[in-house]
Amino acid sequence: MSGGDTNDKVLVVSGLSRHFGSLEALRAVDLQVRRHEFVAIVGPSGCGKTTLLNILSGYERATTGSVTRQGRVRMVYQKDGLFPWLTAGENVLLGLRDVPDTMERRRRLDDLLGLIGLPRFADHYPHQLSGGMRQLVELARALAGESEILLMDEPFSSLDYIARLRMRQELARLLAERPRTVLFVTHDIEEAAQLADRVVVLTERPGRVCRALQVELPRPRSLTHPLVVEAIHTVLAEMGLESNSSPRRNGASGNRQKA
Amino acid sequence: MGLMSQVPVRGTPRFLPISLALVAVLVWAAVVALGVFPESLFPSPRAVARGMVEELRSGRLLNDAVASLFRVGTGFALAVVLGIPLGLWLGHRAYARAAMTPAINFFRNLSPLAWMPFAVLWFGIGDVPAIFLIFMASFFPLALAATLAVASIPSVYFRVASDHGIGGWELVARVSFPAILPEVITALRVTAGVAWVVVVAAEMVAGRDGLGFAVLDARNGLRTDLVVVEMIVIGAIGVIIDRLLAGLTRLPSVRWGYER
Repeated sequence: MSGGDTNDKVLVVSGLSRHFGSLEALRAVDLQVRRHEFVAIVGPSGCGKTTLLNILSGYERATTGSVTRQGRVRMVYQKDGLFPWLTAGENVLLGLRDVPDTMERRRRLDDLLGLIGLPRFADHYPHQLSGGMRQLVELARALAGESEILLMDEPFSSLDYIARLRMRQELARLLAERPRTVLFVTHDIEEAAQLADRVVVLTERPGRVCRALQVELPRPRSLTHPLVVEAIHTVLAEMGLESNSSPRRNGASGNRQKA
Repeated sequence: MGLMSQVPVRGTPRFLPISLALVAVLVWAAVVALGVFPESLFPSPRAVARGMVEELRSGRLLNDAVASLFRVGTGFALAVVLGIPLGLWLGHRAYARAAMTPAINFFRNLSPLAWMPFAVLWFGIGDVPAIFLIFMASFFPLALAATLAVASIPSVYFRVASDHGIGGWELVARVSFPAILPEVITALRVTAGVAWVVVVAAEMVAGRDGLGFAVLDARNGLRTDLVVVEMIVIGAIGVIIDRLLAGLTRLPSVRWGYER
């Protein structure tokens, strides 16, 4: 990486493709993510969203193309991302494995549990926590240490609707306190529009970037804010789920990208 | 599971099983009192109680119980120490698993009692043939249970491990093993039950002491009262072994395996 304007790009994906045998999961995906930008990736089921995250996290390899990452990458999973045989505190400590000093680890653990509002739950096991609390603990683990990039794979999709709304507020608050670069995969378009600085829409398999939409509004955002509603409409229209006749299209600025 | 856990076990009074046992003994005594069967074929509760005291006083009962427990303990411990690691290894190695699972399944389905002739031919009479048979009865089911448990660990745990730089031996010790532990404990309970059954049979054929031998010895001495004494002790020890192993399921770090 060289050149002044690419220095703040902590995640650069270029020409990324992934084949599973004859199945083409991702085709020529280009993506650049700025430091502390929140990018949501939406798309229909099976469009390769999770495959993309797996490649970005280093768990899977790309067939062609390249991925450049700066800083430590942490993943937040849809569910069961906590080890059930470890307490909440012990799970968060996994994220602090590189901190050599025991006292310092302990201090940071207390900080993180306080941050997610669960200071008294260090000794609880995941099965003793609600789904939302478990995802918060996982988030604390991902924020632990010096992580720079958070890859989130439908982290709230296993929660009920109300809990999901709460978790969006919590995530916005946590990111305000501990800024991170976020790549957030979801099939929940509302969630994407309410949280992301940029919503990237993938096509059906093979997944390609068919649209990127900026949502320029500070977080936390109200779900019913006109700009959020506008963004939801634009994405739905792009996915062919709503007719493309919006009365006002000047709030969210979409720029069509060629695949 | 779901339905079973709905049954309000907590509220059931503890005296129920004890009352049932008392009723059973009364019925037993009544049948004996009716004199339908000769006492030599159907010993009375009183005779059995006397026999129990006699066996306890002579120290023979304790001696036999210790002998049987030693054999089960040794054979079972060997099976655990070798079978669980083998299962962990096979669970992680698809080719080795494909190669060895049919053989393990074969020996698991082969009654350990079929080894009896060879156990005696190879190891004679005493502790070793019994330990061998208990090992053969426990090793294969334990190895198989561990193998299958590893193969069914959700892949997300391995991804989380890889995200946090956990690999190699640490992966086995800190992820695979704790992930299969609830299933391993269940397998331990089942297998220990089988092992306790097998030791009785083994001692009948290849023992000079032990509870199994004592049953046969009492029969040969036409002491049916003592046969019943041994039967009661064998059953009670089996239950105690299971209760002890069931205690493992209360470990906080395995509760998750039984509560969802």
